[in-house]
Amino acid sequence: MSKYRMHLLVCGGTGCKASDSDGIISNLEKHIKEHGLENEVQVVTTGCFGFCEKGPIVKVHPDNVFYIEVKPEDAEEIVKEHLVKGRVVNRLLYVEPTLQERVGQHKDMAFYKKQIRIALRNCGFISPEDINEYISVEGYQALGKVLTEMSPEEVIELVKKSGLRGRGGGGFPTGIKWEAARKTASEDKYIICNADEGDPGAFMDRSILEGDPHSVLEAMAIAGYATGAKEGFIYIRAEYPLAIHRLQIAITQAREFGLLGKDILGTGFDFDLDIRYGAGAFVCGEETALIHSIEGDRGEPTNKPPFPAQSGLWKKPTSVNNVETFANIPPIILKGAEWFSAIGTEKSKGTKVFALAGKVNNVGLVEVPMGITLREIIFDIGGGIKDDRKFKSVQTGGPSGGCLTEENLDTPIDYETLASIGSMMGSGGMIVMDEDDCMVNVAKFYLEFTVDESCGKCTPCRVGNKRLHEILTRITEGKGTMKDLEVLKELGEAIKDTALCGLGQTSPNPVLSTMKYFWDEYVEHVKDKKCRAGVCTSLLSYYIIAEKCIGCTACARVCPVKCIKGEVKKPHEIDQSKCIKCGACYTACKFKAIEKR
Amino acid sequence: MKKVCTNKLTDEKFKALDEFIDKLSYKDGALITVLHKAQEIFGYLPVEVQLHVAQKLDMPAAKVNGVVTFYSYFSETPKGEHVISVCLGTACFVRGAENIIKEFEKRLSIKPGQTTADGKFSIDALRCVGACGLAPVVMVDGKVYGRVKVEDVDAILKNYI
Ligand SMILES: Cc1cc2nc3c(=O)[nH]c(=O)nc-3n(C[C@H](O)[C@H](O)[C@H](O)COP(=O)(O)O)c2cc1C
Ligand code: SF4
Ligand code: SF4
Ligand code: FES
Repeated sequence: MSKYRMHLLVCGGTGCKASDSDGIISNLEKHIKEHGLENEVQVVTTGCFGFCEKGPIVKVHPDNVFYIEVKPEDAEEIVKEHLVKGRVVNRLLYVEPTLQERVGQHKDMAFYKKQIRIALRNCGFISPEDINEYISVEGYQALGKVLTEMSPEEVIELVKKSGLRGRGGGGFPTGIKWEAARKTASEDKYIICNADEGDPGAFMDRSILEGDPHSVLEAMAIAGYATGAKEGFIYIRAEYPLAIHRLQIAITQAREFGLLGKDILGTGFDFDLDIRYGAGAFVCGEETALIHSIEGDRGEPTNKPPFPAQSGLWKKPTSVNNVETFANIPPIILKGAEWFSAIGTEKSKGTKVFALAGKVNNVGLVEVPMGITLREIIFDIGGGIKDDRKFKSVQTGGPSGGCLTEENLDTPIDYETLASIGSMMGSGGMIVMDEDDCMVNVAKFYLEFTVDESCGKCTPCRVGNKRLHEILTRITEGKGTMKDLEVLKELGEAIKDTALCGLGQTSPNPVLSTMKYFWDEYVEHVKDKKCRAGVCTSLLSYYIIAEKCIGCTACARVCPVKCIKGEVKKPHEIDQSKCIKCGACYTACKFKAIEKR
Repeated sequence: MKKVCTNKLTDEKFKALDEFIDKLSYKDGALITVLHKAQEIFGYLPVEVQLHVAQKLDMPAAKVNGVVTFYSYFSETPKGEHVISVCLGTACFVRGAENIIKEFEKRLSIKPGQTTADGKFSIDALRCVGACGLAPVVMVDGKVYGRVKVEDVDAILKNYI
């Protein structure tokens, strides 16, 4: 990065690309050229900065100025003002809501202040498509160090001492997993990187692969050295084309540099890897199912033991680790176990990346130390609830997790505490909900997902979840009974106890946790036939507010059952006994005269 | 069956697939990789293609079909000229994606996974495309529309009519 006096870092993550960050880049380059600055200033496409809510983001380095919501048309002003005249373009700076003023430097933004970036250390700072940039930020030094200075046993010992636990959901100690694979004697062993990222609200693994693919390749080679494996696979969702593209580039470059392949760094150590594609099955994130999928079969889980570390891919010892887990490895090797284990809580060390989304002001990726509270994440980093609505619930752990409430906001979070309050860490999805979200409907949403994704191999999951979903549907349609609520609970517990794999064993969590914390809402749906959030349409009625209605007749014309009556220019009225609650009138009225209650 | 099959299963396509298979450095576990390629070439995986793959990889057709039907990414029916993918990931869901997909269903009179009779559109439900900051998100042929409102659905469709 040295030749240029200045760098413009432009986010090339999926979110910002969707808002035309490519157009920004080409315009920046055009104007830089027009001003003859092409030898002084370089535009670099980076991975995600995490602050997706305000994307596309352009960061000026070394000035550290952080521009938000940049449009391709803004490129000219950035070049003319900032690059040529050295004047910051004020209108593109972020307004810190707590201070009500524009802040130019990202270290002054509340969003970044409480974050510690280890797994995401390079995302947004280097070009993911150039191995030299990774090397310039200590890249592949950890691999060099283990190959030349450490024995495999010492590597395992170091990772064990660091306290690193799997970030894919289970939280199993990574060092112990590697040790088990090391100790199983076999000519062939494998390392698998789990990049299936099935939680439908999480995108941290993808961002790491898009923003810093080499850190994962380096860590996989280190894992190969520690366990004795010479071959690795990255199992990635086919739905992640950009991440796949960048991984392919990274693998090719690493091979060219002799950092993958035969005799790495002249040490006699061989390790190479390949990509395998998922094909849209959530259960394939489960490690035994994933292994079957790589073998070319239906991705159905099998009973453990044997664990993959004993008998995995093609019945050989295999260590399956998650993307984020791997991204933590190089810094741990370079900075030491003590450095890492000083961060976090007693049993959960280091940081966790969360994909913060939903009804929160700053949607994005955040990496925080274990032990932080949900309140700090949602209100300090996340900037609170959108549109000044009231916080209602936060869901962690995706379809396997639970919904937490106000009373849990001050719990320091780690693997154990989240489990003890009825949710789980999971892979790091964190969805914030406000008073407009109906908790019964949210539980139904997750169940729908599980029913879709159950592989069907075992009955509790295949049939049980379908029953749960049917009951929830009945309740949201106002046909539920108190008996239904009892059945939900009993059946939910039974599925948890008897399902074969982690999918079924955790699928009732969203129902059980919402029943625990939002029992009143369930009862309201059943007894009063009311949905306080106004979401369950069957429980709603549409009304015309006479004062607002100008009698334009638009609603009466679209109503499919012709139940709206009224004269032109006079207030209209809906015949509730005939209304089928289709909502057509509500959308048709241009005067906000129709209300649902 | 509806008359939607505009993709001709030409010899050329089969040839391209064969070349891909012959070049593979491994055969163990190659089935899913091959099916990905086949779907890329043909647009979907009709029975003829499945049989061809089975023959080529020397495995029972039942196994190929078992794999095709297991994974939701693989489709046995042709997709429309324009594929409308509505994200139903959690972030999009809590920001109203359910109403968006219903609106598309209403406008096109088809359900997710189906194709319109004229072969013009199909609707897919996706789970998190990773642009949660723009939720709710709709993708049409890879182009991303962010912060979509029910009222925007018409305008989006108009771009493709
Ligand atoms: C239904 C189910 C889905 C899973 N999905 C994922 C996933 O998408 N990504 C992941 O890394 N782990 C997933 N896991 C956890 C894996 O089985 C495995 O524990 C993990 O990849 C191990 O890596 P780690 O120790 O680094 O976390 C899933 C587990 C279950 C039961
Ligand atoms: S619990 Fe569900 S996903 Fe897991 S094996 Fe049983 S049916 Fe399949
Ligand atoms: S559309 Fe609205 S303003 Fe027009 S008649 Fe109906 S309620 Fe009144
Ligand atoms: S949930 Fe729709 S983009 Fe993430």
